Amino acid sequence: MAKIKKTVKTIKIDADKCNGCRTCEVVCSAFHSEPKYSSVNPATSRIRVITHRLKDIWLPVFAGEYTPAECMGRDKYIIDGKEYDECTFCRATCPSRDMFKDPDSGLPLKCDMCEGNESGPLCVEWCLNDVLIFEEREEEVEEEVVIDEMEAGLEALIDKYGYDKLGTAFARLTQKA
Amino acid sequence: MRYAETGYNLEIDLSRGNIERVETDPKLLETHLGGLGTNVKIHYDRVGPEVNAFDPENLLIFSTGLLCGTPAFSANRTLVSFISPQTNLLAYPMMGGFWSAELKYAGYDKVVIRGKSPDLIYIWINNDKVELRDASHLKGKGAVETQDLIRQELKDPNVQVAAIGMAGENRCFTASIEQSRSSSSRGGGGAVMGDKNIKAIAVRGTKPVNLARGEEFMAHMKDIRKYIDFRNENPIPEVMPILSGIGSPQMMKHVDEKWHTESFAWGNSRVRRKDFWTDEIDKTWTESQTSAIKRFISCFNCPQQCGALIMHDDVPPYMMKCFSKLTYTMAAFVDDLDFTWRICKQAFEYGLDSFSTPQILAFGVELYEAGIFTDEDFKGCPTDKEGRFFWLLDRVARREGIGDYLADGTYWAARRIGKGAEAFDHNTTKKHEQMNIKLGMLDPLYYLMFATNEKISITQIEGNWPQAAFPDKKTREAFVKDWPQLPDEKFKKYFVDWEPRGEMANPQYPTPEMSSEIVDWMEMLHNIDDALGICCGMGSFCLKPPYHVHNYSKLIASATGMDIDQAGVKKIVNRSRNLHRAYNNIRGMRRKDELPPADHWKRRFPDLEETLMQTYYKFKGWNEEGIPTRERLHELDLDYVADDLEKRGILNDGQN
Repeated sequence: MAKIKKTVKTIKIDADKCNGCRTCEVVCSAFHSEPKYSSVNPATSRIRVITHRLKDIWLPVFAGEYTPAECMGRDKYIIDGKEYDECTFCRATCPSRDMFKDPDSGLPLKCDMCEGNESGPLCVEWCLNDVLIFEEREEEVEEEVVIDEMEAGLEALIDKYGYDKLGTAFARLTQKA
Repeated sequence: MRYAETGYNLEIDLSRGNIERVETDPKLLETHLGGLGTNVKIHYDRVGPEVNAFDPENLLIFSTGLLCGTPAFSANRTLVSFISPQTNLLAYPMMGGFWSAELKYAGYDKVVIRGKSPDLIYIWINNDKVELRDASHLKGKGAVETQDLIRQELKDPNVQVAAIGMAGENRCFTASIEQSRSSSSRGGGGAVMGDKNIKAIAVRGTKPVNLARGEEFMAHMKDIRKYIDFRNENPIPEVMPILSGIGSPQMMKHVDEKWHTESFAWGNSRVRRKDFWTDEIDKTWTESQTSAIKRFISCFNCPQQCGALIMHDDVPPYMMKCFSKLTYTMAAFVDDLDFTWRICKQAFEYGLDSFSTPQILAFGVELYEAGIFTDEDFKGCPTDKEGRFFWLLDRVARREGIGDYLADGTYWAARRIGKGAEAFDHNTTKKHEQMNIKLGMLDPLYYLMFATNEKISITQIEGNWPQAAFPDKKTREAFVKDWPQLPDEKFKKYFVDWEPRGEMANPQYPTPEMSSEIVDWMEMLHNIDDALGICCGMGSFCLKPPYHVHNYSKLIASATGMDIDQAGVKKIVNRSRNLHRAYNNIRGMRRKDELPPADHWKRRFPDLEETLMQTYYKFKGWNEEGIPTRERLHELDLDYVADDLEKRGILNDGQN
């Protein structure tokens, strides 16, 4: 596969500064509502603050790729005296947890860095404590097929129901339309 | 579709075990907004004057504010209302944290609870699924501890829990409801919750809160955000730290407590220690605070950090609210700040209000020193100051021995104890403990706030006007130049003319007329905050806050779609305010009850105080007994209240 130059966008997280307010969840869900800013629902946010307050854990994690399979590991980490399990750091939407799935449809959600917003990701823009830092860098990567949000959603539906059921449902809907 | 509000309340009858999801009347939004406004309306309509705090008919309402769950910064207050066991009037302590937003996302604006459960339960609200669950295994557990135990039981770390501790279970009159880093404290909501046999309310929601004109709402929020950035970078130089910015993060971040420890009174609001803050204290308190605070923390959707995670020595971790840092330490006359980190953990686990309770414990110590409580009463009590306070705290939470008296609060305890104990109840208003302030000269604004506000405790109402006149005119003129929060330009002159001493100083100035206008404005702001669920640290408690009378109507209009301007918002909160007052009047509150703490100021002026009250009553449209007149009620579309007051013989035709 050919190598291409790609702008990699990411959000650096300085969890030590997080005060657990969850404004990032609020603005993310508002930006991604239809029409834009018409509703707020942190359960649909592409960033979630994982908290265990009495253990001093406040950790924003933003949504990565959808994966149809659960991972094999369930390792535990102790960092600065606090215990985390492997899922805490994982950004994937997977069958083993509800994180980064639309609460109604169960379809996966993925961070798109607030595409279309001139000032970049809203979670970064609205975080007053500089926990979230937007980073852009040029990288040489292998060319890949970009899966957009709808394809990721369809893929998740296929994993859940199989091609046949989905095909029948799609045909029925097409007829109605 | 409903905007900003969900349009549904959860109605739970514990006596019958009945749970209903009830659609609310959309018109209530136009007449009372939400939060405190609609809560007062429900109490007025459904709880008669014959109902006492521990009757099953006493409603316990947990309410969100209108803007909770929206992108409005700091719209996270949960407002809890009920007839207070302490005052027998309608109380409405609020808490921050995360609970109200979660309730909105579960699809409800309020949880309205009536009746009593035969057994200890907790309520589990998970979107449309609502259950009453056995809580016998949580009996006696701490209010902070219970929150984590329930989260573990429900296997969901995102569940938000409001819980009571042993003090609530034992119906202590100053029992609080604890949630995350906040608590609903004043007036005994925890006692009413315990009386209904509710250990906790757990909530989890995954539904949307809708905005009518979201883009416009966000544009207003951007302006507000700009101001927050500006204020954080430019604290007001002329005033003490707690008023210089927004919120109250200063209490946790700054160690310099010279102002509080030397200006407020120690013990049972008795003694000022004017030379307390020495270099040695500065050093030891700095070391203690820096080592105890592990992290500064926020409530839901709030950019400020007024709370802290405390990890001190062998004390299990807990979260602290701003002013709790000083209350027990000062009441106990303990000079070691380490005592704070230890006793507050215990007090929060018991679920006791950290404003009233330290005063009550200090009152107990005073009675012992005066010989009213005896050695027999204090049998087993350690003799050191720290140990004595821990021992008293424990007695109160368990209602054991003299703790059973003290658990009713200073006013009721004094009357049950007798033997001259009443003389030691010198810091209450309407039977409720006030801040531990003992000052020299009467302050007309504070006199009115202490005497007349329905919140009964003035804390967090008073902030929009400086607490003292600035020494020189030049500074005052500079200060008023940048003051867009003011409702009217004339207030600038009031402030510039206000001198620290002489004819244009307290108590004669601000004049009763000016004082009425200033107090009415500050009170209105806090009523707006309480309807919207906004933290007063961003509104009514701040000297120059981000939210004010000129931008609130824009937020309300764009969030709800209502066609409303500033005058419209003012009218709604005035309506709710007068409904609240009429309700308390029906419950017996009159002019004779409207008194600030007896021992609050050294220099008193009975004639001026009477003039102040009469002027303020007139300004508010209340008669000489402090009851809204028919004319006032008519202006606010509350004719049905005037009819009710007349029918009950509280308003007499022709006299009012």
